[in-house]
Amino acid sequence: MARFLRLAFFALIARPIALVVLGLNLRHRERLPLDGPAIVAANHNSHLDTLVLMSLFPLKLLPKLRPVAAADYFTVNPLLAWFSLNVIGILPIKREAKGGVDPLKPCEMALDRGEILVLFPEGSRGEPEVMGRFKRGIAVLAARRPHVPVTPIFLHGLGKALPKDDPILVPFFCDVFIGEPMFGNLEQAVFMTELTTRMQSLASELPRELAAETPAETPTETPYRPEES
Amino acid sequence: MFSALTPNAAAFLAGIFGILLLASGIVFGLKRVHPNKDYGELNSRVNSWWVMAGVFAAAMALSPTLSIIFLALVSFLALKEYLSLIPTRRADRRVLFWAYLAIPAQFYWVAIGWYGMFIIFIPVYLFMFLPMRMVLIGDTAGFLRAAGSLHWGLMLTVFNLSHMAFLLVLPQDVNPAGGAAGLVLFLMFLTQFNDVAQYVWGKTLGKHKIIPKVSPKKTWEGFLGGILTTTLIAWALAPYLTPLVGWEAPLAGLLIGLAGFVGDVNISALKRDLGIKDSGSLIPGHGGILDRVDSLTFTAPLFFHFLYYLHY
Repeated sequence: MARFLRLAFFALIARPIALVVLGLNLRHRERLPLDGPAIVAANHNSHLDTLVLMSLFPLKLLPKLRPVAAADYFTVNPLLAWFSLNVIGILPIKREAKGGVDPLKPCEMALDRGEILVLFPEGSRGEPEVMGRFKRGIAVLAARRPHVPVTPIFLHGLGKALPKDDPILVPFFCDVFIGEPMFGNLEQAVFMTELTTRMQSLASELPRELAAETPAETPTETPYRPEES
Repeated sequence: MFSALTPNAAAFLAGIFGILLLASGIVFGLKRVHPNKDYGELNSRVNSWWVMAGVFAAAMALSPTLSIIFLALVSFLALKEYLSLIPTRRADRRVLFWAYLAIPAQFYWVAIGWYGMFIIFIPVYLFMFLPMRMVLIGDTAGFLRAAGSLHWGLMLTVFNLSHMAFLLVLPQDVNPAGGAAGLVLFLMFLTQFNDVAQYVWGKTLGKHKIIPKVSPKKTWEGFLGGILTTTLIAWALAPYLTPLVGWEAPLAGLLIGLAGFVGDVNISALKRDLGIKDSGSLIPGHGGILDRVDSLTFTAPLFFHFLYYLHY
């Protein structure tokens, strides 16, 4: 039943929203992993991010797609918890490691089952259209499963379409740029620098007007500013 | 199946597919003769034509209502592309939402044939409503730019393009030969044909640049050759598809040729201002939807009012 609901939700709601209402400007599709185990890591601005990333994969991979999400946000309200766990199929993790519980353990187990993890290394949606600092959890996870490819994906425009503070979806074409996969055989700091660099180089593929609108011209709009790390 | 088309319109549609078949044949031949050359761009361009013509023809053949819905969808894609390209203020999200809602409303006026509302809804009512909505939000920094650019885009992508849809609901008895579909086919074909003709003339004879600051590849030779060809084709086609008679037919062709050029460079100027090459990547080989409908945004209203004044 849940399996059927999940398929119906993605085929009839998530995909039409991602592909018709929004519309994706997708670059380098061939770099997407074809099967699990794999990790895709994207910048995070909107609840739509997860739906868009999941819509990139063929429906037959849907049972393997697991967005990694904060347990404290998504599993507190029972209705949201049911929806997130059964329809979206999130993999809930605890953001704070307490009492010796390893927060990355569920992720490792999922990868060992051959699943594809959808991960947002920023941890939260943050300021709309501003890329925050990446947390190192992803480097730790990649190091523990060094054979699993980590594919960076740069998203742009979704924070405009459905930002954190507004429930109304306004259609915009969104950019989805997929980077070359990398592996966890690097030192943690090197891995994080490399991931950030790849994200920024993907971000630099944007047309210049959109990539950096000068504050003097559009004082009220938050310009896109990749954070230095 | 072809109930919505007159025999002339159906035959013309078949002719369009004949031309596409010829184009695909030429590309296939070129690939055989020059196996080392890359025809990827040309190939995807022709393939995209097949898809666009196929979807359009299917809608036209099935029912006028379906065609109106199809054209509303084209308007939606064009407006969305425009709003995704230009800088918008975060504060105006709700206003943009209203602008999108104008599309179903505008095409509904078309579907019920309410000419009075169709012709003033966007230029009058939305012209006042959207800025009012912006003012109520209260953000004055960048107000003129935001209000101005939103209305400009709405006029171009929704108001102007919806004229093509209104051709479908004009009284049938005026145009027994071509029917409603005949008018749209005439406009659509000549506009796209004019683009191609100007390109081909420019490519073969082009020497003198016509508007180098905006569109460096456009030449006087392409412009004049294209317009002349379009005028002649319009003259030949008009009796079968439209109620235009005598001098009206070549004049319609001239109008479409001229307006198509202006509509094209109008979007070129927009793209140059924004510092982009293509307006999007929706249509492989063509760019975005605005790159494809650029000429139509000018030819549709001008051809419509030319025809409307003379015959309806």
